[in-house]
Amino acid sequence: MTTLPQLGPNIDSEAGEAALDRELKGLIADVLGLDPEQAAAFGPDSGLFGHLPELDSMAVAGLLTEMEDRLGIVIEDDDVDGEMLETYGGLLAFARGKLGPR
Amino acid sequence: MIVTWNCPAPEGGSPTEEMLLAFDRGRPVRVLVCPAWFDEANKLRRFTVEVMRRLDAAGIDTLLPDLPGCNESLVSLPLQTLAWWHSAMTSAAEMLGATHVLAIRAGALVAPPNLPGWHYAAQTGPKLLRGLLRARTIAAHEAGITETSEDLIALGRESGLTLGGWSIGAAMIRELETAEPVLAPGQSAIAQSTIDGAGLWLRTEPDDDPGQADRLAALIVRSLSEATG
Repeated sequence: MTTLPQLGPNIDSEAGEAALDRELKGLIADVLGLDPEQAAAFGPDSGLFGHLPELDSMAVAGLLTEMEDRLGIVIEDDDVDGEMLETYGGLLAFARGKLGPR
Repeated sequence: MIVTWNCPAPEGGSPTEEMLLAFDRGRPVRVLVCPAWFDEANKLRRFTVEVMRRLDAAGIDTLLPDLPGCNESLVSLPLQTLAWWHSAMTSAAEMLGATHVLAIRAGALVAPPNLPGWHYAAQTGPKLLRGLLRARTIAAHEAGITETSEDLIALGRESGLTLGGWSIGAAMIRELETAEPVLAPGQSAIAQSTIDGAGLWLRTEPDDDPGQADRLAALIVRSLSEATG
């Protein structure tokens, strides 16, 4: 399992941003069993929950747990809302927000 | 080969007959397989049996007992406890003459400590519960019901919970809140990263990965040959 030690203080840098983007796409591909190329093609407006048939509540739970493990963040019940899960951009912004203050 | 074994009942009740999938040809190395739990049991079943087939081809017996209360078992799942599953796996190991144990994910929580072997991608009790609770709160949210993990776990400690369709008793919930896999002497951890690829328990649906099964089986065969020199 990959870890992202470089993401901590450098999250604002372009390299950190690209690493987070790559990690998040890889993670979605792993959880949903997607072709890595399909995940790599996600843009900010690509639909997730409600758009990808693979992403049911069990898969969302798995995705969030895996994000916690790989990104070293804690996701609370209250964090989980439609907006963060609706698009890839929403999920990326959420992950960035969780990592940002460190 | 599907056979049965008699699982002793807790507190002196009558033994119950439980099913067992085995590649049993009476060979010297006999690996007890402690399976993954709940939703992960389904997702990893094929992978688990594929690893067993490869070990069979390598001259190793494997024995995969059902956890009491799961699959064809006639005993009640909500009455099962972590301590009981642990004792059931230890009894199975003795009765079946296992020489080693391969524990998969949460199976590591019930691996007999007296056998050498491997914990593959061991899962802790708190993480297992967290994933199941989260799936339930997300599904509830979608249905317009507000449930929080905190409220659910408080309820679960008192009266048990149904999580991911599995009816889990209060004692099991309380035990899982602090359960951590422990490597006994002669047991080693196999991390997912060492067999390459994403863990199949992550997938929404049961899936297959022959390459991962090859690599896990090869690692076990190598570990056995190193141990015997």
